[in-house]
Amino acid sequence: MELLKAIALGLPMTLLVTAVALGIGSIVALPLLAGLRSGKTAVRFLTRAIIDLLRGIPPVVWLFLLFYGISAGSFRLSAFGAGVIGLGVVAGAYLTEIFRGALGGIKAGQWEASEALGLDRFTMWSKVIGPQGLRVAIPGFTTYAIGLLKDSSIVSTIGVAEIVYLTQQSARTSGQGITVYFIAAAVYIMLSMPIGMLSRNLDIKMRKAVAR
Amino acid sequence: MNTIFQDILDYGPALLGGLRISLALTGLSLLFGTILALVFALGITSRNKAFRWTSTFFVEIGRGAPALVLLQLMYYGLPNADITLSSFTSATLALTWTASAYMAEYIRGGLAAVPGGEIEGAQALGMSQQDTLRYVTIPQGIRIALPALMGFAVLLFQATSLAYSVAVPELMSQAYSAGSSSFNYLSLFIIAGAIYAAISIPATWLSVGVEKHLAKHL
Repeated sequence: MELLKAIALGLPMTLLVTAVALGIGSIVALPLLAGLRSGKTAVRFLTRAIIDLLRGIPPVVWLFLLFYGISAGSFRLSAFGAGVIGLGVVAGAYLTEIFRGALGGIKAGQWEASEALGLDRFTMWSKVIGPQGLRVAIPGFTTYAIGLLKDSSIVSTIGVAEIVYLTQQSARTSGQGITVYFIAAAVYIMLSMPIGMLSRNLDIKMRKAVAR
Repeated sequence: MNTIFQDILDYGPALLGGLRISLALTGLSLLFGTILALVFALGITSRNKAFRWTSTFFVEIGRGAPALVLLQLMYYGLPNADITLSSFTSATLALTWTASAYMAEYIRGGLAAVPGGEIEGAQALGMSQQDTLRYVTIPQGIRIALPALMGFAVLLFQATSLAYSVAVPELMSQAYSAGSSSFNYLSLFIIAGAIYAAISIPATWLSVGVEKHLAKHL
């Protein structure tokens, strides 16, 4: 029970890191998405290179680069800051691909109809394409969010006190390594189940709301 | 920029030595992982209860728990049960577990996607159940799953960087120790990142190429 309490203390931090990184990722994904859809070949090429680089380098390397590598005078990122920025930017690259795929799933008729109705670009994106794209993107988005929940454990390597960090500590002090790590594994599995269920419910609800 | 070149000269050999260990870790966990994944893929859909439950247990934990938890479980946890493994062995075991769990799902999906007519055809030809599985279902199922498996292999290579936390002297930990002796973390992590990217990015292109190539035949 003591062990469970020690691990539970890290739970809010794990959720916070996941949520903030997901938020940063969603924001970063928008300019990248615009870059991929740009009419200029050079812009498309550059965006593709950025995305490939973000995905081609392991998250740990990004975190260490930000945490140990970046310092200007006395300025250094905190472990939390480096953690969420690193995970967030990498998430941005993956989410860009998910959003791009979702836009590809929208029928050509929707674009044509918006144009035929003379909608301006803002109305087209906010009222027609955006909501439909969001719905298509939900399954991919939540799958990625569940992956990110597990990847958030990587911030323990730079000292953010989330589940794995506290698990490691209590494994050292309690001498019951196997038990604590299995509890930690169970916590992660139990955390990802409700997110998955929520996503499926949301998907069903939104499927009903959208006419075909 | 100059410091980067100097660091490449000074620490290049150590980093490449680390890369060799990262690649060995990737190769071994892929090899054992693929074999186990095939067993689990058949196990999840098996009618034998014990086989199905054990497979589901390993697959659910392997996919549900972060790789970092499994790595540390093997390295810091197992000694409590009087099993002490070297850091490389425990990292191989942990990554094999993760890899087999994910790949089991890809392979299961691939096997399920083999058209029913193929299996009926094999039965009509009087092939035994084992022969159908070995000569018809598995070769075609693996072929369908191949692009996803290759994409996963790239992620697994990247995941070996987590073995740093259990004292495996792979690329990441070489970069870190070089950084702490030169006080130039930034340039060393840039070099390490470039090495990871130089392998991951072309490998991803390869898996996309294979996917396009196979799509023509399916």
